[in-house]
Order: sequence, then structure tokens, then C-alpha cells
Amino acid sequence: MTEHGIGVSVKRKEDRRFLTGNGNYTDDINRPGQTYAYFLRSQVAHAEINGVDTSAAEQADGVLAVFTGADLAADEVGGIPCGWGLTFQNGDPMIEPAHPALAQGKVRHVGDAIAVVVAETRKQAKAAAQLIEADLNQLPAVVDMKKAIEGGTLVHDEAAENTCYDWAIGEKADVDAAFDEADHVTSIDIVNNRLIPNAIEPRVALAEYEAASGDYTLYTTTQNPHVIRLLMGAFVLQIPEHKLKIVAPDVGGGFGSKIFHYAEEAVLTWAAAKVGRPIKWTAERSESFMTDAHGRDHVTHAELALDKEGKFLGLRVRTLANMGSYLSSFAPAIPTYLHATLLAGVYTTPLIYANIRAVFTNTVPVDAYRGAGRPEASYLLERIVSKAAREMGIDQVEIRRKNFIPSDAFPYQTPVALQYDSGDYEATLSAALEAADVDGFAERKEAAARDGKLRGLGYSTYIEACGVAPSAVAGALGARAGLYESAVVRVHPTGSVTVFTGSHSHGQSHETTFAQLVSEQLGVDFEAVDIVHGDTSKIQFGMGTYGSRSLAVGGEAILRAANKIVDKGRKIAAHILEASEADIEFADGSYTVKGTDKAMAFGEVALAAYVPHNYPHETLEPGLEESAFYDPLNFTFPGGCHVCEVDVDPDTGVVDVVNFTAVDDVGRVINPMIVEGQVHGGVTQGIGQALMENAVYDENGQLLSGSYMDYTMPRADDVPSYHVSTEETLCAHNSLGVKGVGEVGAIGSTPAVINAVVDALAEKGVTDVPLPASPQNVWRALQEAGA
Amino acid sequence: MATVSMTVNGNAVAADVEPDTLLVDYIREHIGLTGTHVGCDTSQCGSCCVMLDGDSIKSCTMLAVQAEGAEVTTIEGVADNGEFHPMQQAFHDNHALQCGFCTPGMVISAIDLAAKNPDIDEAGVRRGLEGNLCRCTGYHNIVKAVLAGAQAMKG
Repeated sequence: MTEHGIGVSVKRKEDRRFLTGNGNYTDDINRPGQTYAYFLRSQVAHAEINGVDTSAAEQADGVLAVFTGADLAADEVGGIPCGWGLTFQNGDPMIEPAHPALAQGKVRHVGDAIAVVVAETRKQAKAAAQLIEADLNQLPAVVDMKKAIEGGTLVHDEAAENTCYDWAIGEKADVDAAFDEADHVTSIDIVNNRLIPNAIEPRVALAEYEAASGDYTLYTTTQNPHVIRLLMGAFVLQIPEHKLKIVAPDVGGGFGSKIFHYAEEAVLTWAAAKVGRPIKWTAERSESFMTDAHGRDHVTHAELALDKEGKFLGLRVRTLANMGSYLSSFAPAIPTYLHATLLAGVYTTPLIYANIRAVFTNTVPVDAYRGAGRPEASYLLERIVSKAAREMGIDQVEIRRKNFIPSDAFPYQTPVALQYDSGDYEATLSAALEAADVDGFAERKEAAARDGKLRGLGYSTYIEACGVAPSAVAGALGARAGLYESAVVRVHPTGSVTVFTGSHSHGQSHETTFAQLVSEQLGVDFEAVDIVHGDTSKIQFGMGTYGSRSLAVGGEAILRAANKIVDKGRKIAAHILEASEADIEFADGSYTVKGTDKAMAFGEVALAAYVPHNYPHETLEPGLEESAFYDPLNFTFPGGCHVCEVDVDPDTGVVDVVNFTAVDDVGRVINPMIVEGQVHGGVTQGIGQALMENAVYDENGQLLSGSYMDYTMPRADDVPSYHVSTEETLCAHNSLGVKGVGEVGAIGSTPAVINAVVDALAEKGVTDVPLPASPQNVWRALQEAGA
Repeated sequence: MATVSMTVNGNAVAADVEPDTLLVDYIREHIGLTGTHVGCDTSQCGSCCVMLDGDSIKSCTMLAVQAEGAEVTTIEGVADNGEFHPMQQAFHDNHALQCGFCTPGMVISAIDLAAKNPDIDEAGVRRGLEGNLCRCTGYHNIVKAVLAGAQAMKG
């Protein structure tokens, strides 16, 4: 291990610019002649558009242009595409309604864009938008999914019963038979609350068109610039790749919400050519609330069949998944590909059936949010397992141990498509029990009781499938794109290195972690390695960052390119050192001839590649730059155990997280400091979902939680400090053995918190609390239990 | 239009702005210092915090004209000739930032909090940072950093 190599908590390269105000976020970029866009948005959830009169706005001060959906239609601008196609159980394709970038015919959610004003200043654009007269014929809105499928107003005429698809996995008859044989059946109803991602940087787009060359540039807050180029260029605006540059500079958090191609990106890029000047749009926070894709929002009924010993025999799941008003880029995949396939969890449940029905409503589109489908699966499993243990009088730890996939059973084929490659669930569980001092809980509970508090302990032994993903598997399940990653490693003549990665960092610390990786692999100084990302004109290709894939997929691509560098260097060294290539060894940045003291430093080989005076020209090209594309053979499967301890005030319903322990297996850890930071952030989002956060619509489709005054974000005094550590089993199918850490905190924590709350309230007769366990919801649960 | 003058990071600055221009827009768009960020435009997130006459304030909630003649320090003015302020150093040492977007406001708030409460404890830091949202770090490392930074500022 070197000072900056794998396994060291190296301090971050990116910190200096962020700590001194020198970050370069999209809104910090300004282009000569720049104008500003403001979107007029629907204030009602559902209406027919009879007409939009823009004449007064067009005459307003500073206004350059006003565009509506009719202008886009006249120019044959395409709709916002969906990147994933699912089917009904009978094989029919899902219903995939048009999603115009500016509304055409109808508006379908509060915030749906009706028109855009382009003006000299932001203020002028906003003022002029108020002069637009949109003649709307308001229609009834449908918000509740059960009402939507039972005769509610249709969001799209072509989607009968507002159903996008009705999909299933598993053999229902076999699973039903297991239930017939069961000694005990536990059932649970879950509303997995709708969340709003809320990256602190709002979305921003800045589009520019150069008439002389026909080149477009879009600066945008995205997690995957090449995906935006593909979706927007090929499907919306018909701009070929070589004429469309997407730049995602420093991006202030994403959490999934900045994966998707959004309408504003397409409208601005199109309008920049129409107006002939650069156009910038910066979302106000209220726009973020009503246009950024939301997350979660499942309504689930699940049943677990057990034998009398508490062994799981079968699991039956029926889920309604909210799609919102239009299909966002990856929305159909979240409740199916990323949720239903994870329902084995860490357990040997032999038979599983899941039926997923995706539903349109007059709400903001719903798509991936940190964890994306996997938090919903873990929540369902860990809640129903805890409930079953309570009903059968089995210890919470014991029921889990009894059903764990044993550590010697890998590779383990689950009944829901996935094959887990490695793991040791007992190791993370026992480490967590010790770190959380579970033995001392009874004493702490007594002490809390003396203060009038109800103390509870909750567990979650979770798994997730990440490192998305094998393209072949994704394709078989409906993906319309590949899910590999690419990298270029460029060694400069003096031996310094620039790495071009298709992954994108919006907080994940790639500039540090990837530099550690390359520094160790090539034996060059950490400071001599720079990471470039986020610009389609610099990076050969990339599928971006989401699904905890950057290290497991993007890092492996970098490693493979670096290995090609090492191999080419070996050929150069063999020539210069007049040895056989097979006799050249490479270690610690030096090529040596086996059994001799003849050696060449990596930097000398680099120089020889660019100053090839003594060089094997017959067999080798000059230069030292290599590229790799890596498509994994399988997902990676991080997992672990989270233990939460809460105090509940029975008089107010306030829940206080007093201890939180996370022991995660994320495979090999490159930088422990960064890994722990990722867990801290994920756990806080999971606690937020459990106790505070909730997107609330009224029955007319008005978003009631549309500001930070109403949507309760976790703040510093809402959460404690955490106990975080890792246990390590290596991923079996990538050479680094890494699994990914971006989402584990958000996936594992929410059920641990709610299990702790239920444990605290159990003595009062409470058997369930809804998400979020807000003071009101907890207090109400206590009242309903007669406590 | 009104001419608004103030001192920003030790430099006298002036710009002609509309009377309803917010201080944060004055700083970002007229003075060109983009380290101060706008996360919510409703005084909730704290990304726009700057020091104004010795106090951390939310610059999205103040008009530029109200800051006429004031001494303003933005994140660009916190380091001393390229040397991190002790609080910046503590944020770096404790991995108290990820995406970096809330960081300028967080550092400004933290410096103000530590300067006024040199013996602050964890509960005090958590309470004191209640006006600054971070979505990445879960606050764990920010709290560690502010405690360390407060100690370093005393020295």
C-alpha cells in the first residue's frame, strides 16, 4: 500500500476549488450575448388547452421570443423519450404516451410547461410570462393510484384504467401452493412514501448554437452527459452526435434526479438556434419541487409464508407503482428491474411472485431516487420479516439468521432472476450487533423509560443489486441502451496522466478515488494523475453515474485501460532493455528485466513512446494512450446490517434517533473516508424518508409540500452522529473486487428506523406506523392503539 | 437604476443595479463572484450565506441597496493568500463536503458560529447549523469539521 494507493483515506483533490468558491457549476457559466428563459407552468393538474395567446408577452420589454407546444410541433420536435420498455403479462408493450417538451392539447400536472419566454434578462422573461393568456378547460385530476385504476379520470386517453403496464415475475401457482402449506402467514400493507430528491443545486441549462458551424452546446446539470446527448439528439431534436456537445461541469448533487433528460434541456437547445443567442434557464426551488422527477411512491400488499420454525416458504407481492403524468427516462424499470428482482433479499425464500402495476396520475413524473426500487424492496422485506418474528414470538436476530443465504452458498441463484456472487450476511450482522452494543439495550431502554421515553431497537439486514449493469440482462428486461462504461488513460510524455472517464462525479469524489486507482496501478504519483469527466467533446463515451456504478463499472474500465498501458510499456521496455517481453516485470512504477538489475522507470518508457528514437516501429505505434469499454458480467451485491435505536416521546409522537449503526459490505474499499461519507449521506436520506420527508398532493393535484417550509428536509439537528464500518467480501466478477457504496445508506436505513419505532411502540399495542413516522403519524398510531 | 457600493473581500466595488436586485445577484452577476450559491431563493437552504459586517447572513434575502457601504466577505475572501482558513482546513481534513454546492454557505456559517461560540459542543453545532441544508454528507462530517475548526480558530 502506498501513501495514496488503494485503501488509504486520501484527502480529496476536488476540495480546494469547492472550499474557495472556485467550483464551476452550470449557473456560474455565462456566454457572450446570453439571454434568459422563463417557463410558464400550469397551475392546475389537469386541463385541456383551448389556446395560448402570447401576443402581449411578445411585445413586452426585452422579449426576444415566446414559444409554445404548437411551435415545437410545427418544427417536428419529438417528445421526451423513455429509455426503457416493459410489457404487460400477456406480452403487449407498455402504454407509452407522448411527452411533448411544451404541453400540447393538455396539461397533466402542476408544473407542466405551457410556454417559454426568452428575454434579455431573467426578470423581463418572468414578467412577460405573466402576460401570456392560457385558456384552459380544467378537468378532474387523479392523484390516488387506487382511484386511478378504478375508474378515475384518464391521464392519457390511450391508457385504460390509467395503467402503463401490469407485469409479473415468478410462478404464481407454485407460490400459492407454498402458502397453502404454510404454518403461518404474515401480511403487510405499505405505502412507500413519495419523496422529492432535492439536490441543493437546482437544475440549470444553458444552450448555445453556432450558425456558422451548425454546432450546438448544452451546459446542463446532468449525471450522464452522453445519455442526454443520445436521448435529446437522436429522439427529440434530430441533431447528430458530432454536432451536439453536452457539458456537465461541477454538478451540485443528483441522487438520481439529474439522470433524466428533461424538457427544459430540449426546449433551450432548440430555442437557442431559433433566437440565435445563448439562452440560460435556472430553476427556482419551487420549480425543482414541481418538475424534478420524484421518487418511491409504491403502494404494496405483501404476504410472507413461513413454516412453524420461522423458515420462509414463499413471498407474494402486489405493488402499484406511480409513474406520475408522463414516463420519465427510466421510470418503468424502477419498480420492476430494480425492485421486483431484489425481493429475495438476503434470504433463502425459495418461491417468490411479484405483480407490479404501473399507474399514471396527474402528478410529477416519478423515477429513480437514491436506491431506486431497491429501498422499496428492502423496506418491504425488512418490515414483513420483523412483523413475522413479532407475530411468531421469534427473536428479530434469530429469524434473520435462520433464513440467511449462508456464506458458503455463493454463487446463489435467487428465484427472481438475480444470481448473487458473494456476501457474508452473518459477518455484517454480528459486527453490527457488537458495534451497536445490542447487549446493553435493555439497560438503556429502562433508563429511557425513567425519562418517560419509549425506546426501541430495529434491524435491517439488506442487500442491493448495483453496479448497473450487464447490458445483456438490462436489454432482456427492456433497456433501450447499453450499460457499460468507457475510459481513456492518456500518459503524457513526461509520465503524468490524464484519465477520461464516462462516469460523472456530482459529489462522489471520482477525482480522488480514480486517481488513487491509477496511481497504484501505474506506480505514478497521485498528484500526477488528473481525472476529466462531464464533457462529451472530451470523453469518448459514457453511460454516466447512477446505481452505484461509477467504481464497479467505470473504475473497472479505467483499470482495464491502465492495464493496456502497462502492457504496451512492457513492449517498449523490452525493446530498449534488449530483453524478451516475457522477462519484463512491472511493479511500483518500474519495468525490470527478471533476474537482472536492468530497469526503466515508467516515466522513461512514456518519454520513449513520444520520442521514439530507439523504438520497435515495426510492431508498435508511438504514443501511450489506451481506451477500454467494460460491460460487467453481473450486478454487484453490496449488503449489510443497519441497527437503529430510537426514543419516542409518547406525549408528542416525536421520534429521536439516538443511535444508528451501519456495517456494510461494499467489497474492496479504495478510500475509507469517502466510503464512510457516502454512507453518512445515504443514511440521512433514509432517516429523512422514515421520519420526515413526504411529498403530499391534495385531491386536485396541488403539491402541498412544494417548498422547504412544507417538505421536511433533514437538518443537522434532526440526526445524530453515526457508527459506520465495513466488512469485506470481494465482488467475484470485477478485478478490483468492488461493489459500490452510493446507495447502501439509503437502502438499508429506512426499515431499521421504522422497525425501531414499531419496537418502541409495541408495548403500547401498536403493530405498524406509516411512512413517514412523523410526530402526527406516531401520535395517531398510539391513539388508535388506545395507548 | 441605483449605484450600490460596498467592500467585498477587502476590495471597494460599485455597480449600477435595479433597486430590487438581491445582494446575492449583485455578488454573483454584477461583481462576478460565483462562489456564493443560490439553492432555494427562499432563505431556507443557506447556500447563499456571506459575512456582512461580521455576521453570517443569507444574501438571497437582502437587497443589494441594503448592503450599501457594508463590509462583505464571500467564500472567495475566506482564505488568506492561498492559505486555508482553519475552518476550510477542517472541512478538508474531515471530508465535510461532497458535491460542494452548500459548502460556501456552510463554511461561512460555521466560521460565524465558531467565532461567537468558541467552546461550542456537538449539540450546539447541530443547532447552530440548522439554517444550512446539505443533502450529501448527512452532516456527520460537517459537525466533526466545525468542532475541529472551532478549536483551531481558538489557537
